[in-house]
Amino acid sequence: MTEETITLEIFRYRPEREEAPAFQAYEVPCRKDWVILDALNYIKDELDGSLSFRWSCRMGVCGSCGMMVNGTPVLTCGAFLSSYRPGPIRVEPLANFPVVRDLVILMTDFMEKLNRVHPWLIRHEEQPVSAGEYLQTPAQLAEYKPYSMCINCLLCYAACPVYGLEPTFIGPAAIALAQRYNLDSRDEGFRQRTDVLSQDDGIWECTFVGECSTVCPKGVDPAGAIQRYKLTAAVAWWKHFLLPWQRGT
Amino acid sequence: MSHRPRYRRYQPRLYQRRMPIFWWVHRAAHIRFITRELTSVFVAFGALELLFLVRALGQGPAAYAAFLAWLQTPVALILNAVTVLMLLFHSLTWFNLAPRALVLHAGGRRIPDAAVRGLNYAAWVVVSAGLAGLLLAT
Ligand code: SF4
Ligand code: FES
Repeated sequence: MTEETITLEIFRYRPEREEAPAFQAYEVPCRKDWVILDALNYIKDELDGSLSFRWSCRMGVCGSCGMMVNGTPVLTCGAFLSSYRPGPIRVEPLANFPVVRDLVILMTDFMEKLNRVHPWLIRHEEQPVSAGEYLQTPAQLAEYKPYSMCINCLLCYAACPVYGLEPTFIGPAAIALAQRYNLDSRDEGFRQRTDVLSQDDGIWECTFVGECSTVCPKGVDPAGAIQRYKLTAAVAWWKHFLLPWQRGT
Repeated sequence: MSHRPRYRRYQPRLYQRRMPIFWWVHRAAHIRFITRELTSVFVAFGALELLFLVRALGQGPAAYAAFLAWLQTPVALILNAVTVLMLLFHSLTWFNLAPRALVLHAGGRRIPDAAVRGLNYAAWVVVSAGLAGLLLAT
């Protein structure tokens, strides 16, 4: 029985061995139920143990297997080999990030930016435990729920030309996550986050290319989050300008 | 023991990629985006032209007639035809994107995207009709 195969052209970069990266081709079985991540694991197990890449959950939850496949950022655990037939399939590390080795990128920049937007509930004053929980209606939950689905996979950063050209841009997921807390009825940190996000490298860097939302595997719509934020920030600024005595949150 | 383990200090040699100048030519969505951005040049042109028209009006009948004569030259006609097309593309793309930025609520419910888009178009039609009425009445 001859099994159908497909070729993967994989970006290889081994800093201790070579100055510049190069593509290496591997032929793998093109099984119906295999995703690109299965093919990479097959290569690592059977053909070339030196290939490095990240993955964990194999089910689109952990956000660690993002790579560029034929130039588009995808979660490789959710991309079926068969949909790329007859190939070859080009697999590269996520664009716009420095490459540590092969398909592994350095994500320190994002971690630092994420921290900057205070992605947690901020209260002016915590209410005592005896006062009970902070209640929320289903409608209030629906306000921020989509943004809370982000798995930090960074596909949106790889798709964002603004981030590619201007690496100081705080970026789609960090802003979407800031919105996740801003829109939470229990949160009071809008002003604090806006102080960070209305800087030069914040929301106003975004030119609404919209590709971040196209590639997001979780339907977070970071582009929409950013435009909404721009509108709220602009309204808040005008309010403050025209009615300076009214200090809202 | 005599032999020392040969540990190598971890020294990452990161590989940095750069974006080429023509990064936007490979993808239809990027080409659409760049086109949308470029149409702003025509928006600026349209606005300037209007300002010059007002200025000519202020300078008296001779200046106004000269400006109108310029507007009838083939160059001006072509330029204005292109400007109208570009302005249409600009306005339509932005109207269609409006629901992404504008999230409105009424009676505890979110107004659907189509309605937000519709409101934008309706406002456009009303303002245009108002202007047309004003111009035709004079
Ligand atoms: S917003 Fe979407 S694409 Fe961006 S990191 Fe979160 S889940 Fe990934
Ligand atoms: S391996 Fe976890 S998202 Fe793909």
